[in-house]
Amino acid sequence: MTFINYASREINCKIVYYGPGLCGKTTNLQHIYDSTAQEAKGKLISLATETDRTLFFDFMPLELGTVRGFKTRFHLYTVPGQVYYDASRKLILKGVDGVVFVADSQEERMDANVESLYNLEDNLATQGYDLMKLPYVLQLNKRDLPNVIPMEDLTYELQKKGEPVYEAVASDGTGVFDTLKAVAKQVLTELRKS
Amino acid sequence: MAQTPFIIQEHQFQRMKAVIARLCVECAARVVFLVDRDGQTIAFHGEIGDMDMTSFSSLAAGNVAATSSMAKLIGEDTFPSVVHEGERESIFISVINRSLLVVVFDERSTLGLVKIRAKRASYEVAAILEEAVNDSRSFSLSKNSAFADISDDDIDSLFA
Repeated sequence: MTFINYASREINCKIVYYGPGLCGKTTNLQHIYDSTAQEAKGKLISLATETDRTLFFDFMPLELGTVRGFKTRFHLYTVPGQVYYDASRKLILKGVDGVVFVADSQEERMDANVESLYNLEDNLATQGYDLMKLPYVLQLNKRDLPNVIPMEDLTYELQKKGEPVYEAVASDGTGVFDTLKAVAKQVLTELRKS
Repeated sequence: MAQTPFIIQEHQFQRMKAVIARLCVECAARVVFLVDRDGQTIAFHGEIGDMDMTSFSSLAAGNVAATSSMAKLIGEDTFPSVVHEGERESIFISVINRSLLVVVFDERSTLGLVKIRAKRASYEVAAILEEAVNDSRSFSLSKNSAFADISDDDIDSLFA
């Protein structure tokens, strides 16, 4: 839920990166953190296991700039992708303003992508959200690997409502900021419309 | 966006600040935060020092979200408060509807004092927040020139 503070002239929005385990959600945030100027970012918090798998969430605040005198700040979260962390994913989705679904383009991960997408819709519905009405972007990650499904096929299988689709190689930053800009724009446009 | 934005107006913000400033003094706390359950800092008062407020608020919200889910698993509706006691500093979190009152205190105070003072402050904060939530529903962003005037170019310029 967007939080607007008229006293401090701030707009605060929440974006959640969702997707199956090891698809690149944390890698997206890591790249954003590494590439952002010091004055525009806060700390990157990662609640992870000893093997660096996200346990609860990753979090990073990002200040984009000022619009009509209001500082726009985005709180970026990732969810744990492994199947048995569903309870945690539900919690992280609370108050979401925009979602990025990060898909793993590898052929052997297609089932996991589909399962995770269904899971996203279910968990959003539990919170009273409708994916069809929420700012939403699809990122097809790991495009650099040899065994990836063609873009057209992957888009056909995973695209839900004509949302923007971005190719990415999060490990080297390709497509990461394009994805973020797309979802942030949708969130701000929705705010203006509301 | 599924829900109406949560909007805090200037006068409500100043009233909340006054309540938490008084709480901070009355319970001799190091710092008092008011945090939205989604992890946004609403207001704070006290000795921040080099504490990362944004991360702290996000983690406090995550903490409460996790423990609230645990409460449901054992048949409780929620845990209305959460305490973490450290060697030198401790944290007391009180859940007030959609917000959290977070008190960080050290040896200058005691948990008992914090609980008593926070209870009274939480009633006042709850009333102000309820007013803000009700006003948010009827507050029309389109009537406010700051948002009505936001253009596509304004949004694009953020990413220039």
